[in-house]
Amino acid sequence: MFNVMRAELRKLRRPTLLVSTILVVAALTALFTSIVYLRANSGQGNGQRGEIISPAILSQAAGLVYGFKIVSFFLGITALCVFASQTAQEYTLGTLRNLLVRQPSRMKILSGKYLSMVIFAIALVTIDAIVAISVSYGLAPHAKVTTTAWFTSAALSLLGRTFVNVLLTTIAFGTFGMILGLLFRSPISAISTGVIWSLILETILAGVVSSTQKWLPGQNFDNIAQGGSLTVSYKWSMGISAAYLVVGFTIVALLFKRRDVAN
Amino acid sequence: MTSAISVTDLTKVYGERSALSHATFEVPLGTVCGFVGPNGSGKTTTIRMLLGLITPTGGTGTVLGESILHPERYLPKVGAMIEGPAFYPGLSGAENLKVLASLGGFPSARVATLLEKVGLADRGGSKYKTYSLGMKQRLGIAAALLPNPKLLVLDEPTNGLDPSGIQEVRNLIKDLASEGTSVFVSSHLLSELEMIAESLVMLREGKVLFAGRTQDLLAAQLATLVAEPEFSVDLNKLVDIAIRHGHEASVEAGTVHIVADAEWGATFNRLAFNAGITLSALTATQATLEETFFEMTGE
Ligand SMILES: Nc1ncnc2c1ncn2[C@@H]1O[C@H](COP(=O)(O)OP(=O)(O)OP(=O)(O)O)[C@@H](O)[C@H]1O
Ligand SMILES: [Mg+2]
Repeated sequence: MFNVMRAELRKLRRPTLLVSTILVVAALTALFTSIVYLRANSGQGNGQRGEIISPAILSQAAGLVYGFKIVSFFLGITALCVFASQTAQEYTLGTLRNLLVRQPSRMKILSGKYLSMVIFAIALVTIDAIVAISVSYGLAPHAKVTTTAWFTSAALSLLGRTFVNVLLTTIAFGTFGMILGLLFRSPISAISTGVIWSLILETILAGVVSSTQKWLPGQNFDNIAQGGSLTVSYKWSMGISAAYLVVGFTIVALLFKRRDVAN
Repeated sequence: MTSAISVTDLTKVYGERSALSHATFEVPLGTVCGFVGPNGSGKTTTIRMLLGLITPTGGTGTVLGESILHPERYLPKVGAMIEGPAFYPGLSGAENLKVLASLGGFPSARVATLLEKVGLADRGGSKYKTYSLGMKQRLGIAAALLPNPKLLVLDEPTNGLDPSGIQEVRNLIKDLASEGTSVFVSSHLLSELEMIAESLVMLREGKVLFAGRTQDLLAAQLATLVAEPEFSVDLNKLVDIAIRHGHEASVEAGTVHIVADAEWGATFNRLAFNAGITLSALTATQATLEETFFEMTGE
């Protein structure tokens, strides 16, 4: 399993993938965090979904992590795309047969791939945290935000909790991507299905019939990073996300184990 | 364990069609065995079953003495290239090999040696997608050699290689065989196989037509004597002489083709001389693998 993980990390380490992902994540984190701070005194929406996040709010302990968690959904979509393509491309490139000759245990292949996905997710979230917090700290004076509350132990433990939650969201989307990749066996179908579903269909559904929000996977994955919302609790989102992913992953894992590798 | 590969009644059915039907054959340990058959005859399907990639519909098999139901027991000692090379286009040749080395737990130090061995030493750092067809094929062969295999399974390894590449693969296979590696190689280049394969498995439409020593297959085919008389008016007389002595014969392009062993050549020469015919040429030819193949597969 660790050999598989090492092999997977070699693939993920390729500069075009790694550098572009890091740059995009860093740039988007910086952009969204900047918006929050630069417009903090405008009295207009500067937060998620047009919320108004005033300097007073940002001056509390939670101000430390606001920028950090604002891009969680985007980190999730990134993980979804990367892992849908990392799994599905083994079929389209025909490389799965090489992997299976060198590691015949299909469950080891799958768990090694999963581990590498988790490591990749940790890297994404770490970059997000570093960039968001640096930008927040840098722009705080400009936005008339005082940062003394950010350095209390309450703020640090909030940072730890947020890190875990954003990571869980990213892993949940990454797992969703792997499920789609194994199911469709084509990167394009897997990515487009995942992105269209999470980014478009779910948003429309949740907007039109707000009661569906409770049941939509992507909405629940992201709700974990936010630590729960007023309408859907953190606990509920954790439970329903885990249920979806465990069922989905079990089905595709069985398929992966049984299916002939004939391409 | 005396056989590298041994299968009994091995069968694979896809929907209605049998890709392989009750195949039974054996590849002796430490030998080169050629695997031939027309397109779609089931070679790749057989190889995939031997490597644990697809599950047989029926029958049994062993590779290096272990059942094909437990590929994890023998695959660490098996190198394979199945149906052409397949690698990650965005990684270099060397990185691609390192991915497989990590996966199998082999030292990545072997990568440089292998790239050298297949003539890719100076292009190992280039991305796979920039490789020519022959270079891709060479990388596939290098990947198959990663485990220092006891058994090497190659599916059309010379596809896309230039003449010197084909020769290099032939020599590589010979060298490995002389070091005791068993090789099971499918190919459409029958003249190549004839040079290196001690034994052969021949398929047609999923059925084994022949499995055994190459020598026996060729010997079973009738040899031909080709005689050319000094004057072409004598062609038909020569045909008559051969037929009178119980050999099939016919005129082809100014020569007489007689179905007979080389040993009968001297007798025939004497008979012709006694009939007042001088032969300007007399040669004995043994059927090549290619001719035998066409004969047997009816292609
Ligand atoms: N995944 C599959 N689904 C359905 N039929 C298949 C599948 N794979 C192979 N076949 C069929 O099995 C038969 C044997 O195919 P196979 O690839 O083993 O032939 P082959 O001897 O390797 O041919 P070639 O010389 O062209 O490589 C063919 O009729 C093919 O259509
Ligand atoms: Mg084939």
